[in-house]
Amino acid sequence: MSASKPSSPVLPVAEAADIDAAVRLPVLVLLAFAILWLLTASALGLVAAIKLTRPDFLASCEWLTFGRVYPAALNALAYGWGVSAGLAVALWLMARLSRAVLPGGGLLVVAAVCWNVGVKLGILGILAGWSNSVPWLEMPRQVMPFLLVAYVCMAAWVVGALRAGSSPRLYVSQWWVLAALFWLPWLLTAAGAMLFFAPVRGTVQSVVAAWYAHGLLALWFAPLGLGLVYYLLPKLLGKPIRAYYLAPFGFWFYALFSAWAGAARLADGPVPAWTQAAGAIASFMLLLPVAVIAVNLFGSFLGGGLAALGRGVVLRFAAVAALFFVLSTLLYVAMALPGVAAITRLTWFAAASDYAVIYGVFSFAVFGAVYYLAPRLVGREWPFASLIRAHFWLALAGLVLAGVSLSLGGLQQGRELTNAKIPFADVTQHTLPYLQAATLAGALLLLGHLAFAVNFVKLVLCPRHRAASAAAPVPASLLAAPELELEVHAS
Amino acid sequence: MNRATLIFLGAFLVLTLSWGGLLLSNEQGYGALTPYFDDNESKAYPALVPGLAARGALVYADLGCAYCHTQQVRGGELSADLARHWGDRVSYGRDYIRNPRVLLGDLRVGQDLRNFGARAPAAATLYLHLYDPAAVVPGSTMPPHPFLFEQHAISGQPSPLALKVGGVAPGTELVPTERAEALVAYLLSLKDGYDFPEESRKNTPPPPPKEKAGGKKEIAAPAAAPKPEATKK
Repeated sequence: MSASKPSSPVLPVAEAADIDAAVRLPVLVLLAFAILWLLTASALGLVAAIKLTRPDFLASCEWLTFGRVYPAALNALAYGWGVSAGLAVALWLMARLSRAVLPGGGLLVVAAVCWNVGVKLGILGILAGWSNSVPWLEMPRQVMPFLLVAYVCMAAWVVGALRAGSSPRLYVSQWWVLAALFWLPWLLTAAGAMLFFAPVRGTVQSVVAAWYAHGLLALWFAPLGLGLVYYLLPKLLGKPIRAYYLAPFGFWFYALFSAWAGAARLADGPVPAWTQAAGAIASFMLLLPVAVIAVNLFGSFLGGGLAALGRGVVLRFAAVAALFFVLSTLLYVAMALPGVAAITRLTWFAAASDYAVIYGVFSFAVFGAVYYLAPRLVGREWPFASLIRAHFWLALAGLVLAGVSLSLGGLQQGRELTNAKIPFADVTQHTLPYLQAATLAGALLLLGHLAFAVNFVKLVLCPRHRAASAAAPVPASLLAAPELELEVHAS
Repeated sequence: MNRATLIFLGAFLVLTLSWGGLLLSNEQGYGALTPYFDDNESKAYPALVPGLAARGALVYADLGCAYCHTQQVRGGELSADLARHWGDRVSYGRDYIRNPRVLLGDLRVGQDLRNFGARAPAAATLYLHLYDPAAVVPGSTMPPHPFLFEQHAISGQPSPLALKVGGVAPGTELVPTERAEALVAYLLSLKDGYDFPEESRKNTPPPPPKEKAGGKKEIAAPAAAPKPEATKK
């Protein structure tokens, strides 16, 4: 951020190798957990999607009834995959950008194991019937303090990496990551306390739940995704962020308005009108930061950047994440308009925009980051380049198919709901083709994740060329990324 | 590191502001809503939820009914909730103050249930609906809940709650479990029958169709809860 030129813009290869070696174990452990959860979540999500159109599917199993398997899938995605993978890439990014050789990651691994045991207990709790039924907060309240402690122990290491670092600068990537790391425990503590430990009365609970749900998506998933994109795009394109001096405004305005925007989820609900209005206004104001961020991110593509998309799959993942950030935020803006809210709230349309954040923005950015960092951590190339491409196209096809079908289905559902002449049963029947398309999308995503997992396991475990190149960083021709560090961020 | 501290403090402040502005203020404000005591009827509304129904609310939560069913009759110019007879009036904040866990719901895959008790079929039909929704509503995509029922050998009198379905071995009967009974009691208890004068006054649109500025807003606001100071009985 500072205007002064750094002493050495290019991170020396030896130093990069030291930094990577120090975070190798915790990052790989977190990623391994994350990928297991990603597979779990996609399998559970597919079961839930099938049940929407074929209610007889696995109907006799109480643990897999829709009302349990659906929240279980979302929790596995958010806390199993999301938090583990998010912390893994955040740790690596923070260590790299702060130039910190992290001392002793052993405790971090212990915390990561605790977190994942906690999530596992929570999801089993949901399946076994201890669900709270509050979206994104279904896990039984008993595991919440446990999860919170484990999370704080993990996040403390990322902050520790920042403090131990020798870099005099703090990049916008780090702003986003640092803030997100802090917002999640704040949201969880406040919402958990007000909903489960000292419950507030009446529909104030719904305000708390909406604040948390929007906070989780807009103040944890989206910022982490953005932090990665702000790092990856200039690096892979080999040029600085366009209008970098605007980036802090994007950050602060986004944070300010997103924190209030959750109330827009309660449009026309039994909560005070001023609360709904505050949410709608805050959502609308998001236009400002999203414009700044769009200039920052897409500006880099001007002048030959688009051609680079053909070269590296990491860049493609990051570009999709940037696109979906803008898209999903614009959807939140649109849904805050009173006429639109009356149609889209309580339909699949609203759900689709949430999935767009968690999958299109966050997961795509993380996929890109993992494809970028894992070869550097283990010191060898990805074993199957074809599986990387398969993963990208399957994930993109699944994302677009699910997004389009749920948005269109949701719009139709919303319009028919406002027409009392159409019997309610027909409204639901008319959404079935869209839900079938979304089920197909779920299958594509699962396939893509399997390709990702196979590649990752082979990369980490394959002993054949371990000795060969353990010391030197990978040339990574596939990824078309120079080992140029840091300077590309400066304006 | 100064800048990192600044960001840390700024991030804290931003979220704390929204917490105070949205959550704390609502908690202090309409979180203090009290039941309304009707002097004519000598009763307080909303009524207390009976014990079995209160346990049913837990079953409702653990089965995740709220992922497909909302519990909010919405106002607004476009809303057809009232025209669909999902309630005689829109839901007010005060309707929910006796509910330990408020599950408004985000998605309407199934119908709104806030006033289901007012239009519910006979309990026998409701049990059958839970057991096999498609048997009651052909083509229904609601998941069957066979696990809420158990097969018994008939001893003495057959149970009055036994399901009349095929496929039950002779000499046995299919009866709802205790959880199913609690859930049905809860579903039947769902009705906001009482119209609070305070909210009612605020939400009745002015009778003559005199066009005035912001008229849309007036109608869009009926779901709003009243100011707390006006709610003391």
